[in-house]
This record gives sequence, structure tokens and C-alpha cells, in this order.
Amino acid sequence: MAQVALRKIVKMFEKTPAVQGIDLDIADREFIVLVGPSGCGKSTTLRMIAGLEEASSGEIYIGDQLVNDVPPKDRDIAMVFQNYALYPHMTVFENMSFGLRLRKFPKPEIKERVDSAARILDITDLLQRQPKQLSGGQRQRVAMGRAIVRNPKVFLFDEPLSNLDAKLRVQMRTEIKKVHQKVTTTTVYVTHDQIEAMTLADRVVVMNHGRIEQIGTPHEVYHNPTTHFVAGFIGSPAMNFLPCQLTENGNGLSVRVSDKLTFPVPQERLARYRPHAGRELLFGLRPEDIIERRGEPEPGRAAFEVQLEVVEPMGMETMVYFVVDGVEVCGRVNPNAARNAGEIMPLVADLNHMHLIDPRTDLVL
Amino acid sequence: MTTATAQIGGAGGAVRYGSMARANKRALRWSYFFLTLFVIFFLMPPIYMFITSLKTSAEIGAVTNPWWVYNPTLENYTTLLTQKSFLTFFKNSAIVSVLVVSVTMVVSVLAAFSLARMRFWGSATLATGVFLTYLVPETLLFIPLFKIFATFHDYTGIALINHWWVLIVLYPTLTVPFCTWIMIGYFSSIPKELDEAALIDGASYFQILTKVFIPVALPGIIAAMIFCFTVSWAQFLYPLAFTTSEDQLVLPVGIVTTLIKGDVYNWGQIMTGALLGAAPPLIIYAFLMDYYIAGLTAGATKG
Repeated sequence: MAQVALRKIVKMFEKTPAVQGIDLDIADREFIVLVGPSGCGKSTTLRMIAGLEEASSGEIYIGDQLVNDVPPKDRDIAMVFQNYALYPHMTVFENMSFGLRLRKFPKPEIKERVDSAARILDITDLLQRQPKQLSGGQRQRVAMGRAIVRNPKVFLFDEPLSNLDAKLRVQMRTEIKKVHQKVTTTTVYVTHDQIEAMTLADRVVVMNHGRIEQIGTPHEVYHNPTTHFVAGFIGSPAMNFLPCQLTENGNGLSVRVSDKLTFPVPQERLARYRPHAGRELLFGLRPEDIIERRGEPEPGRAAFEVQLEVVEPMGMETMVYFVVDGVEVCGRVNPNAARNAGEIMPLVADLNHMHLIDPRTDLVL
Repeated sequence: MTTATAQIGGAGGAVRYGSMARANKRALRWSYFFLTLFVIFFLMPPIYMFITSLKTSAEIGAVTNPWWVYNPTLENYTTLLTQKSFLTFFKNSAIVSVLVVSVTMVVSVLAAFSLARMRFWGSATLATGVFLTYLVPETLLFIPLFKIFATFHDYTGIALINHWWVLIVLYPTLTVPFCTWIMIGYFSSIPKELDEAALIDGASYFQILTKVFIPVALPGIIAAMIFCFTVSWAQFLYPLAFTTSEDQLVLPVGIVTTLIKGDVYNWGQIMTGALLGAAPPLIIYAFLMDYYIAGLTAGATKG
């Protein structure tokens, strides 16, 4: 059990920076997910915590110990790899006990630990099998078991579910969450899948271009993104962005997204946005905040009509796509209210959840 | 396989079922034809050796059907197997080959592991250099090697020439580069995560090699061992050049130098000796091939 701290971590590959000065504090027993597009430096960061890559500069602490010069085996960490990395010539039992055997643990204790980890992961029946006799999901469990038996200070997961098919991925995601609830160990988990990040994390770290864009609970990064990138990356389908002009309108403010479409800014946001009046900004609204019109719009909601381009029924909801000034916008409506493509549909925008982004700094205002 | 060509009624394009099976069958027939040619071509010499080894010198010299034995005898076998010099050749060959295989394996497994996994200054160049060394034929190497031995003798007074054990130093110049090259390929195909996992599990580099790499790359190691054994067992030029006394000779050279007396070729014994000499590699192949192929398919697991 331990906290992990990164201080101004930089990693250069030859002359290209992979990680550009990361500061991160991970609390004891916390489940942290590093998420971002490929090449954002999330795996490199994880590998530096593991000691598989050396940091070019900066400090890494596990517990209270500075571990920059400590080899991986002495960092008391365990890692689960994307391709499982099971030893193909060993049985499941041997795979799981390899680390303990190298550390010369007494045999009865090894057996006890492996058995208890196998029970947690429900793989007791597989202990005598070889990795090649296992399915992808089973291999993933064994890889986790190998980490659990060591009882390390920190668990590191490097995209552990990417090799599994969609259905299994959802199952194993739940499984990982369950395991973390049973074995509360500090966990750093790397993924490019924002849904995995949202569902698993205590706190999500969104990375882009080797930098941290935002650290926050899944709720925070979803509802209060601080940058353009986070707003666009978290959430599926992604947030709609429209260039707009913030104009003063008597006492209030309004967002003009096209010649025909202008939204009033809700009362409680006036003070926040007033200093930016008159500027060209980026208006952001999630698809679920664009819904079908039911009666008179409530305060903070604005009604408008659009011609639908594409309609995608998803079952419990229907995605409607329309174009505003050349930009495609997605709305999320009740399947019963959805119209057909080409028809005019009345919609409302919930502006209580709107975002305004400064295009010069890419920060959310 | 009798494939009936089903004709489905209907105007125009009738589908001919079984045409793929027929094409398959034709391909199979051709492959059998060429395989048979191949087998005949390659089995003819050993069969001829075997037939000749059962004949007396008189029958070999006589004008009879060379592919038939009229008076079979085991005389050649008993003579050779009771001859002290032949047994010495056999012993020398065996010791040299086993030691060369051991030396080569130790050197090339260690070399390949470091060249495949530890990125150090000049490692890529070194790996290519190892392969280039293999491309230089022994016919070019033995003269400079002679020179080196002479210089070594000048400085230390130790004569390296005409000792069977010097072959243990000489053969690896042929086997190490090739085996290292094979092993580099095998080790490189092992996923990097496997050593990283072992590293985190607490293995040292040496333990990664012994507990992960060697077991996983066993098929490759056995392939290299087979190659290495064959090369040292059949090597002719080096022992011919570097050993002369009868008790220092290995099998291939021993057969040729002792059984050909001047212009008298004792064909029966030569063939018998050659046949007996070919037996150990054959037996080794027969045993290890199964294991080798089994290992190849088992090694195809991911991660």
C-alpha cells in the first residue's frame, strides 16, 4: 500500500519528447486511469513508474522512496500487459508463482497466495493448464493473478483489455473493478478507451501530447472539462463544437452560432461569460443536451428547428444529425419523438450545460 | 477420393462441384512425383554404400550387377569394429563433436541474448558482423589459422597442430557465427513484454535467459545444436589440415587416410566406415526431429 508521486517527469526518445513535464499525486489505494489518444505519453508514463523506462528528468516516488534509480524488481510493483505476457512454457500456477519463487518464498506460502488469488479471479480450475490452452479472458485473469499474488504496493495496467473482444472487455472491466474492491491496492491503469476510464477510475488523468490536460473524477472531467481537448475526448458521441460569437443583448448575453440560430446565455452564467462579450469563441454542447421539444422550454433551454440529415436509432435513444453552418451537430432524442431524415424536427438545447471555449488558449471559460 | 461431378439442372452455367478437390488432387499427384524423384536421388548413394559394404573385395572388383549382393558378408563390419584405429577415430569424433556443441551453445546463446536484447553501443553492427563472419568459407580460413598457430608456437612454444583437441577451438569458428545468427532471430521473436514481466517479477538478466528465453526458444536451440553437431561431425578440411598422426584423427579423415593405402582403395571398408560414421547424426535427427517439430508448433503461442 503506497502513494505514488511524479514530479516534473520528462521523457525524451532521442530528440522527440514523449512526456513533457508531468506532475501527478496518486493517493494510497486510489484507482487512477491515464487516458488519451495513442502517442500521448500515457504508456511511457506508466513504464517509467514501473522502471522499464528511465525518466530523462524529474522524480518518481513510490511510498516515500525516490525510485528513479531503483530497478523494477525492487520497486514492489506488479504490471499487467496488453498481450498478457504469460510465460508460454509454464503452467498457470507456475506463471503466477514465478515472482514468489524467484524471491524464495516458502512453498506453503506460495501455494496459499496463488490459491487465494485464483479464488478471487475464479481460475482455481485452470492452475495446471498451459497459457496456450486458455481463452483471451482467462489469460487476462492469469496475468492479473500474477500481479495479485505478489501483493505489491502498486498495480500497473497497460491497456489490459485492448486484446479482448467487445463483450469480454465489458465483463473484464467489471471484473477489474471487483478485484480492486477486494484487493484495495494503489492502481495506475492506462487506456485509450474513455469509457473504460470513466467506469473504472477514482480519478481520471486525461493526457495529450505528453502533457496532462486535466485531472479529476469521472464526473468532473465529463461535466466540467477544463480544455477543448478534454471536452472533445471524453464522452461518446463527442461534444458538438460550433464557432460562435458572444454578443451583448441588453442585460443578457447571447451566443450566435449562425445567422439563423442564436441561444441566450442562462442567468447564472452571465457573470462568468461577461468579460468575453463580443469575442469569437467556440460553443460546446453534448449530444444529450440537444433533445426533442416537449411543450414550452424550461428556463435555460432554447427551442429551435432543424432539418435532419441522418437518423441513427440506437434502441433506447436515437441519434439525430443536422448541419449548422457547415458543421455537423449531433442530438440525442427519444426514439418515439425522432423524425425521419430530411424532415424538420423541433429540438431544444439545454444551455445550462453549455461550454464556451477560448480558441486562442483552448481553455474552457 | 472419388468425387462425383454433380450436374445441377438449369440453362446456361452449370456448376461443376468437386472441381476444387480435383485441382487439389492433381497438385498432390505432382508433389508425389517430385518427392519420389527427390527420394531416389538422395537415397541412391547411401543404398549403394550399404550394398557395397556387404560385399567382399573380390565381388566388388568382379563384373556383376553392382546393385545386388550375391555373397553377403559382415566381414567389413567386423574388421572395422575390431580395428583399434577406427574406434579411436570414432571416439575422437564423438568427443570433439560433443564438446564443440557445448562450447558453441554456451557462447552463441549468451551472445545472441545480449545482441537481441541488450541495446548497447555497436550491438547492431556486431550482429551483422557475426553473420558476415559465417560467410567466409573455411577453405579461406585455414591458411591464416595455420599462420596464427605458427605465430602462437613461436611466442609460447606450445604446438597446437596435430592434436585432436585443437579442433574444439577450430570448429566453433564455423559453428558460433551461424548458431548465434539463428538464436538472434529466435530471441528477437520473443515478445519484449515477456522479459519485462520477468524483470518486474524479480528476475535478473541471467535468470531471464535461463528461466524464460532458453525454455521458450528451445526449438531454435535444438535446431542450432543439430546444425552444430552435423558441422563438427562431418568437418573434413580442418582435421585434414591440422591433424596428421593416426591417433589424433577424426572419423572422416581417418577413413580416407587409413583405408586408402597408396592407390589401393579398400571400397568395402570405406563404404562401411562411411555408413557407420553417418549413423550418429541419423540417430540424433530421428530422435530430435519429432521434438523439434513439436516444439515449433507449440512455440506458436502468443505472449
